Amino acid sequence: MDLRPIALTLTALLLAACGSDSDVTQYGPNPDLPDKQRGLLPSMTIASPAGWGDRRPAVPEGYTITPIATDLKIPRQTLVLPNGDILVAEGKGGGEAPVLRPKDMIAGYFKKQGTSSVKGGDRLTLLRDADGDGTYEGRSVFAENLNAPYGLALIGNRLFVANQDALVRFDYQPGQIRASAPPVTVTPLPAAINHHWTKALAAGADGRFLYVGIGSNSNIGERGMAVEEERAMVWQVDAQTGATRRFATGLRNPTALAVQPGIGQLWAVVNERDELGANLVPDYLTSVREGAFYGWPYSYWGPNPDRRVKPFKEDMVRRAVRPDYALGSHTAPLGLSFSSPAMGARFASGAFVGMHGSWNRQTPVGYKVVFVPFNAGRPSGPPTDFVTGFQAGGKTFGRPVGVTVDPRGALIVADDLSNTIWRIAPTQRQVQPQSSAQSATGR
Amino acid sequence: MRWRSGQDIHPVHAVLLASSLPLFLGALLSDWAYSNSFEIQWINFAAWLIVGALIATGLALLWGLIDALRADIPHGRTKWIYVALLATTLVLGFVNALVHAKDGWATMPLGLILSVIVFVLAVATCWVGFTKPGQE
Repeated sequence: MDLRPIALTLTALLLAACGSDSDVTQYGPNPDLPDKQRGLLPSMTIASPAGWGDRRPAVPEGYTITPIATDLKIPRQTLVLPNGDILVAEGKGGGEAPVLRPKDMIAGYFKKQGTSSVKGGDRLTLLRDADGDGTYEGRSVFAENLNAPYGLALIGNRLFVANQDALVRFDYQPGQIRASAPPVTVTPLPAAINHHWTKALAAGADGRFLYVGIGSNSNIGERGMAVEEERAMVWQVDAQTGATRRFATGLRNPTALAVQPGIGQLWAVVNERDELGANLVPDYLTSVREGAFYGWPYSYWGPNPDRRVKPFKEDMVRRAVRPDYALGSHTAPLGLSFSSPAMGARFASGAFVGMHGSWNRQTPVGYKVVFVPFNAGRPSGPPTDFVTGFQAGGKTFGRPVGVTVDPRGALIVADDLSNTIWRIAPTQRQVQPQSSAQSATGR
Repeated sequence: MRWRSGQDIHPVHAVLLASSLPLFLGALLSDWAYSNSFEIQWINFAAWLIVGALIATGLALLWGLIDALRADIPHGRTKWIYVALLATTLVLGFVNALVHAKDGWATMPLGLILSVIVFVLAVATCWVGFTKPGQE
């Protein structure tokens, strides 16, 4: 049954109920925060998927985009291995969240329309470009029967994979195309309900610790706060022992983590709460400060209270710190990677952010990869578009998730709608500097 | 015993009409419980109870409408008042369902206020609906 006319009617109703999405400046350290608004229905415009055909995403002048792998099974995050091979985590988690309200049933149906109908692969695929010509002719399944793998990290000869329910580990030797043994569990991760199931992962600079992003179990505590134990936070995990501790809290859905080269600072992109209007609450990019509380669910963008959660805790509002850099409301950043001079002078210093795109908004936003320039180790200006053209004429062809900078000079983008891995590289090979590790610090 | 248009309410129609009452009352009490305890399960109960009440009210409205269209002229007016009451209950009940689809405390206090209004309306509707023509 095609329910798209109903979706359109819903949208029309909302137009009347909520007015149009006025444009506000919501990038950078001091975003405009308009008043909260919520009509009788939340604003919704669900992506209407279509095939790419001969189309390609648009990239800046001087760059070329190529699909290096297609027909994957819901690719999310990627990892570039030291020998240049690319690992792709494929899977689709969640879905176990019980329907508690009539709304869960209805909203779930609509949101599903904007995603791929392919079943998640629950596997890691390895892609290889043996001759370095940018064509990934080799492809193998590195590991399978995982549980919605998402975050990937390599420390020495150990490959860590964040499944939706556990952090697991494989032994890895350079050149290996298939795991030699089943994975070893490093530590279980909070997995009950898994409303936000993606477990982001990054390895600390010294290789001693891993950081795991764990999303909340609700939008704003509407499943009760009991199910939010150990949710909406970043864990620090000892890579050797698997011992865990809370590193930073109040991060509603930290969907990607990255360690800043040279500095070793942990950064995250975070998806903020919905149903407060088209221009609330800005999703953000932030350095993750140890011990800091970032507000969820009691407040947003520092001390702005959100009293939809009861019992309310005023003292938590006072504790909340402001994130560093707003990325716009509902853009849904799911990918983060620091750049290197190999990406070309314009994009040498900064971070790439993959934006999955909005649903809780009439005019879609996100659906692109942006570049946030950094200077002296901090974001230093408005973001610029790096990959666009994922939507046209009311159709959506792709939705970016993970982004990974290949130190050889390419950005790898996972697209979980068209099940493609895109590679964007300077058309002319850049001179590879030796000191690329220091590049993203911005000097 | 045969039911005829314009006289006693048909048993199935009566069941549909009467069922809305405990369901709307349940929603009202659940809203009250949530606003006092902040226990999320109460507001979930309220949301489902409202949906149940809307189904019963909607079917009763359909029945009442057909009934009113077929009614004799002298009894027509009461029937149309009944249909109007049912329709108002249904519309406000639906608005209440949407309010109950907001997350957490965002449902309050409007959700509770609407639950009270809709319950009062449902009582009035039942009163009119179960009053035999000629008795009023």
